Amino acid sequence: MLQQALALITRDIVLARKQGGGLGTAFGFILSVMVLIPLATGPDQILLSKLAPGMMWLALLLSVLLTADRMFQQDFEDGSLDIMAMGKLPFEIVTLAKTIAHWITVSLPLAIITPPLGLLMSLDISQLPILIVSMITGSLALSLLAAIGGAVTAGLRRGGLLVSLLVLPLYVPVLIFGVAASTASLGPSSSTPALIVLCAITLMSLIISPWACAAALKAYLR
Amino acid sequence: MPSSLPTSLRLKAENLSCERGGRLVFKDLSFELAAGELAALRGPNGAGKSSLLRLLAGLNTSISGRLNLEGGEADTTLAEQSHYIGHSEANKPALTVRENLVFWQKFLGGGENLKSLSAFNLEALADDQALLLSAGQKRRLALTRLAVAHRPVWLLDEPTVGLDAASLVILQNHIRDHLKNGGMVIAATHAELGLKSAVNIQLGKAA
Repeated sequence: MLQQALALITRDIVLARKQGGGLGTAFGFILSVMVLIPLATGPDQILLSKLAPGMMWLALLLSVLLTADRMFQQDFEDGSLDIMAMGKLPFEIVTLAKTIAHWITVSLPLAIITPPLGLLMSLDISQLPILIVSMITGSLALSLLAAIGGAVTAGLRRGGLLVSLLVLPLYVPVLIFGVAASTASLGPSSSTPALIVLCAITLMSLIISPWACAAALKAYLR
Repeated sequence: MPSSLPTSLRLKAENLSCERGGRLVFKDLSFELAAGELAALRGPNGAGKSSLLRLLAGLNTSISGRLNLEGGEADTTLAEQSHYIGHSEANKPALTVRENLVFWQKFLGGGENLKSLSAFNLEALADDQALLLSAGQKRRLALTRLAVAHRPVWLLDEPTVGLDAASLVILQNHIRDHLKNGGMVIAATHAELGLKSAVNIQLGKAA
């Protein structure tokens, strides 16, 4: 069972490498936000460094959302999901494996690239480690929640708007606690409670997402 | 490898009916198929041939009636013991022929070493992207999936579409071998498959 899931994850990573995946688009989005915000708000360094963590989280969240509607669409359209639904591997594990591949190819690289970009917004360099830790923790939740939207809209040609409407409310807790963990001003220890809540959100998504994705996709397969 | 198959395999369908998009596609369909038998599924466009195959593959769940595979592996569903080759070919255009097959072999539990490239003469194309294949070659790539892992039941939806004469003969030989080894095949086809079918399932008039 593990071997089959690994085969699926490997295939999706190879596919993302060969056909571009969504990483390029998402990274371009984050980069433009980071470059444009200082131009839009003016050169007030104190204001910018205050805004930085929130804006970075927002950019990360929206860029992951950009890639959500393609997560299951190809496999649905070319019939691969049919074969995967018939196999011995539980369909929930299939969707989880595809989500993990999405995390490895899109969300995780973005979570690592985004914090250094914050220096464009005169982010205090001492905040970098906690930003990286909280973004990596939250990025798995972002992939898991995006998968739900991707699964619900897998059979729709223009599912982008629907994905945003469905997934944005689910992203709110990740955003709130992600920013809370990153902006803690009283030294590193004060961010621990928010970081723990962020972990809890990630773990909860890990339970709910595969089940919800499988149910949504099964409704399309008939 | 398929010699270990129990020969007592028996597929029983009783009073199957299938609904698709709120419309009743067929009802009260009953048939029985024993090991080593080929069932030909016939009927005009829209009669429900693909729906029946998807129902047998466990993909369509809006079903009533009884469907039972006797004598197969314990604790496995009919879908888990079936190969399904539908209209969508489940090939990834960006991957090579070999990568496509290796993935399905691992996923379907057929082990690590790929030996099935030759099943439909795809050796020469092994390192080409599936994107570059012609329609018939894509079909052969999809059909090669029958050889990457063993399944006693084959569900084939219009398997001959796009195949040239030589590939058709290869397909006939694979089906014949599979039946000889105690497997069963259910094929929907308009063209003659050129094989004697033990059971004919005739589906009704098109709506």
